[in-house]
Amino acid sequence: MAWVNAIIQGILTGGLYALFACGLSLMFGVMKVVNLAHGDLAVVAGYVAIGIIAATHVPVLWSVVVVVPVMAVAGYVLQRTLIQSALNRGVLTTLIVALGLSMVIENGLLQFFSADTRGIGAGMSLVTSSFSLGSQIQIGWLLVVIFAVAVAVLLGLQYFLSGSRYGRLIRAVADDQEAAQLSGADYRHVFGIAAALALGTVALGGIAYGMYSDLDPTTGTDTILLFAFVAVVIGGLGSLWGTLLGGIVLGVAQQIGAQINISDELLAGYIVFLAVLVLRPQGLTARRAQS
Amino acid sequence: MSLVTDTAARQATGWRVTRSHRNVAWTGAGALAVVVVLALFPYIVYSGTTAILVQAFIVLTLASMWNLMAGYAGLVSVGQQAFVGLGAYFVLILAIHGTSPFAALPVAAVACGVAALPMWWLVSRLRSGYFAIATWVLAATVMLFIERFSSIGGGTGMPLPGFTGFNPTLLTAYTYWAGLAVTVLAMLGVYLLLRSRLGLVLTAIRDDEVAARTSGARVGLARMLVFVVAGVGCGAAGAVLAISQLQVQPDAVFNVQWTAEMAFATIIGGLGTIEGPIIGTAVYMVLQQTLASYNAWYLIILGLVAILIALFARRGLWGLVDERLHLRLFPVGYWLRTENGNGRPRSLRR
Repeated sequence: MAWVNAIIQGILTGGLYALFACGLSLMFGVMKVVNLAHGDLAVVAGYVAIGIIAATHVPVLWSVVVVVPVMAVAGYVLQRTLIQSALNRGVLTTLIVALGLSMVIENGLLQFFSADTRGIGAGMSLVTSSFSLGSQIQIGWLLVVIFAVAVAVLLGLQYFLSGSRYGRLIRAVADDQEAAQLSGADYRHVFGIAAALALGTVALGGIAYGMYSDLDPTTGTDTILLFAFVAVVIGGLGSLWGTLLGGIVLGVAQQIGAQINISDELLAGYIVFLAVLVLRPQGLTARRAQS
Repeated sequence: MSLVTDTAARQATGWRVTRSHRNVAWTGAGALAVVVVLALFPYIVYSGTTAILVQAFIVLTLASMWNLMAGYAGLVSVGQQAFVGLGAYFVLILAIHGTSPFAALPVAAVACGVAALPMWWLVSRLRSGYFAIATWVLAATVMLFIERFSSIGGGTGMPLPGFTGFNPTLLTAYTYWAGLAVTVLAMLGVYLLLRSRLGLVLTAIRDDEVAARTSGARVGLARMLVFVVAGVGCGAAGAVLAISQLQVQPDAVFNVQWTAEMAFATIIGGLGTIEGPIIGTAVYMVLQQTLASYNAWYLIILGLVAILIALFARRGLWGLVDERLHLRLFPVGYWLRTENGNGRPRSLRR
């Protein structure tokens, strides 16, 4: 029964990982940039939420309503200023700027907030309560809510990308940037929108992670960025629902690993990632092999 | 030295291909003098200074390797800390079994080169950004794997055995010389590599990969060799790290900070030049020493400076010097020299 519990837990954490991963996948699909600061920006969102809660004593979920749009706007600004100027100068510059941003954010948080871990909503009933299926399966409400939110976010993104005008522009620019420009799209504005979406979703993921576990300055890279990347690769580059599948596979692998040996949780996830990289590098959802 | 056979037409116009603009014997002698002076340091300066220099040697070796990978082969790896850690742990494993850590150093470096092969096989299919994060995940995997073994310290690390009975002054001197030797060999290795045919292939890849492939360059093989050489270099630096710290802790040796430091030192100094990492390491050490008491500040400033230089001075600080003075301490390029009507040599640089 512990195994069933573990697998259910793994599936539900897949939702959290999908929140981490969809932004990374979106930024790479549209702008061809791997944002190494992706996770650190999520941690910043978490810290901002903590600050807002501490300063104004609003309920935790209200901080989400404030922080996510703020981070989305920040993402737009960041893209149009820093990341665009790096993109104009080439792939290597973009990676260096992203790495620099990641280091600056992490060490800035370390310097101003110390290395202590912080949680969000520690005493909330949402965080601590759980329900039972049968007599031996215990499921925490928080993870169920996070999974539902992740599915809602992915549905929203899918609807936005397929139905709305900006969604079509994003897909056009992702497919062929120059052709989209010929059709009159301002690709920099479109990039900004994509970055705003990416940062909004990862901010949500960061706050969710702060409620599910704890945040510290290194969580951005150690946990969020690496898990997001692993989920994207396992699920398949360029597929939004693939990030959910990848997140679920990662979560289940981790929980099975933890059942075998408690300290092997992370290692199990990474071994599955390496196996996918070797056996099916295009990911589980892609239909043809990528070059 | 001419790489072009002299035909009658060429002899008539007086074209010559040389490896350097000025006489390199002087810079070679200068470099040798610098190394000799550095080697004498343990007799001249206090152990505090040699300890700082050992740190500088480690960073310089790492930066030279990262420069080789990113500046010449186009491989941006954010996972080189895997080799730093593996180098340290190979020394630890050998020391536990009775070998002197100093004797273990070259073995550890070679072992890291061997370990680089399966790692390359895993990540070589990926490109640029995804290659970068994949190497990071790989490094995290290596660390997690090593942490499983409590016989080599598990998650908390352990002190490095093999130093009992060592005179402390002698130990710092030997550590210093080991660091100096590793750095000199690393830079010499990079210099010779880039002067060789492999260097020509790498420069071609750096300039235009597709054109290099169509000219017949074996890009995949060249990249793999560079990855392995960088693994050896970073492993050797990790071995020196273990010896200088007298202990091996996974969080310290597998920290991604090593990659950030070597990347930033290279970018600030100048990517794609051998002199760049030297300048970058100097900047890094100055920042670290002056801001040491402010903990994370030197990394914040290092990161900001690296971002600014990547955006606004792409060839780094050495690139700024190079553009004005056309100075190359390590001649690895090709110069085309001709005589114009007045008989003075004109040089076109490539």
